[in-house]
Amino acid sequence: MHSFNYVITDPVGIHARPAGLLVQEAKKFTSAITLEAKGKKADVKRIFALMSLGIKQNDTIVVKVEGTDEAQAATALQNFLINNL
Amino acid sequence: MEILQGKTVCPGLFAGPLVIYASPNTKISKTLITPAEVPQELDKVRQALDSVCAALKQIYEKTRGSLGETKAAIFATHKQMLEDPDYRDSIRTMIAEELVKADFAVQQTGEKFAAVFTSMDDAYMQARAADVLDISQQVIVALAPAATTTLATAATPYVLFASDLKPSEIMQLDKTRLGALITAYGSQNSHTAILAKGLGIPTVVALGDLPNQFAGNISVIVDAYKGNVYLNPDATQQKVFARKIATEEKNKALLLTLKGKESITKTGQKVKVFANIGSPADLSLVKQNDAEGIGLFRSEFMYLNRSNFPAEEELFAAYKEVAAALQGKEVVIRTLDIGADKKATYFHLPQEANPALGYRAIRICLSEPKIFKTQLRAILRASAFGKIAIMFPMITSVTEVEEIKIIVETVKADLRQQKIAFDEKIPLGIMVETPAAALCSNELGKLVDFFSIGTNDLTQYTLAMDRQSTSLGKFFNAHHPAVLKLIAMTVDNAHKNGIWCGICGELGADLHLTEEFLRLGIDELSVPPSRVLPLREKIRSLS
Repeated sequence: MHSFNYVITDPVGIHARPAGLLVQEAKKFTSAITLEAKGKKADVKRIFALMSLGIKQNDTIVVKVEGTDEAQAATALQNFLINNL
Repeated sequence: MEILQGKTVCPGLFAGPLVIYASPNTKISKTLITPAEVPQELDKVRQALDSVCAALKQIYEKTRGSLGETKAAIFATHKQMLEDPDYRDSIRTMIAEELVKADFAVQQTGEKFAAVFTSMDDAYMQARAADVLDISQQVIVALAPAATTTLATAATPYVLFASDLKPSEIMQLDKTRLGALITAYGSQNSHTAILAKGLGIPTVVALGDLPNQFAGNISVIVDAYKGNVYLNPDATQQKVFARKIATEEKNKALLLTLKGKESITKTGQKVKVFANIGSPADLSLVKQNDAEGIGLFRSEFMYLNRSNFPAEEELFAAYKEVAAALQGKEVVIRTLDIGADKKATYFHLPQEANPALGYRAIRICLSEPKIFKTQLRAILRASAFGKIAIMFPMITSVTEVEEIKIIVETVKADLRQQKIAFDEKIPLGIMVETPAAALCSNELGKLVDFFSIGTNDLTQYTLAMDRQSTSLGKFFNAHHPAVLKLIAMTVDNAHKNGIWCGICGELGADLHLTEEFLRLGIDELSVPPSRVLPLREKIRSLS
């Protein structure tokens, strides 16, 4: 399993536009990808679950990736977060 | 005639017949099915979901082509929502277990998921409920292809009235004859608003319902600069409007010849022609009129018409939007100029006999550093995203400027410590709008990076004449030599100290004075966006 932390810098948090793109990115991989923040957890491939976490700027998220392509998936998501959120 | 007041989403002018858009948004009643019909119903809903996903993909591509990735992304998000396993499971479970028809299951599921957003504690997420209802509605329409949208096709350009309009609806509308868009509800932050702005259709939202007597065939004038809609306008209104249209047309024609050209005289003297704005909503006008920068961003708008102080984030987002939109062109943000005729109750300003001479603008900021620092932090943070300058209003003395600079340094030091990016060299300037500032401009010029002359207040304070008084007409001389002398003195002292000097008051746009200002060596004129091109034309005609 791969796991990393990330602090959200986008002033609006995980809002609708990047959320859609984040899900799209996650769906490119077969690994199970979860995101934890503020004691709650969501599947990154499920947009409603993801958005309902209400993640805001300066929140720390923990991303866990588990599966056959976990290394690539973790790198791709980390890059996505840095570039978009 | 009746006037409705709403909120501007996309500025512009338009007059034409009113067409009412009926959204296919009827409440679906619960119809039960038999267990044998379940597979067929599941199949129907899957097809409907897939066809809407395919349509969204097309809208996404189309919008990306016309308005760019950022504006199109909402449709990619909508598609993800329709593909969401939880959303689809909820629909399937309702059909299979509650034995309801697909349309009812979709509507209920949409409302359930929308409620999750509605219950969240921030306004942005609450507004996303509209997105879920929008996509669910599209699936319902796809389930019943007969129930198409009932938009009358008009032969002439028309004004479209809708209760509210969804992002997908606006993109699917035939826009060839759509002159303006007005809605009873909706907000300036909706995705529909963002799209309308991108399309450049004059749009006003939040007008409230149409009064009953205006339901039929009527003509309307939409002044989407002011957010006003005139229903069955009278002759006077029509005349005023015709004049406004003529100005706009003239500017459009000017734009064709002057776009991208410098504001330079025949003998090579250059003047920067900037625009004055009040909110990010004016950005389209800045672009439309080819302004070379923003010489006055009045920052009061975010403090007015509300009941509490705006948060730093909110201010930052607005400043960042403007700075980024200008793509490296200069943006001069004037700090809070509240008081006098601009009041906000939560500031608890004292009742004064002479508010214009009272507790206002920088005097409030220097008395309540917390309010001031919040705004400065937001501006400084936004300076990492464009070329921002800060301008302080109502300055009368050197001491005030020294005090301001200490506060700015404290805010900068905090940001540095927190490793938050900002422009270390952000220029600081002052409004010269009191006779005191003009008379001390040599001393003040040593402390700041630029001057901008606010001629409205400078005139009122120099002549001791209230500019809002209606009975001073024959005494009031906008070109009074005393004011012009103070302007000349200010420009001289700016140049003596090696800094630039502009004008951001009404006189800046007065074409009778342009030649005089150029003679004085004024460096910048900041005027309402609609005056940029006529001013550039004037400058180019002078030698």
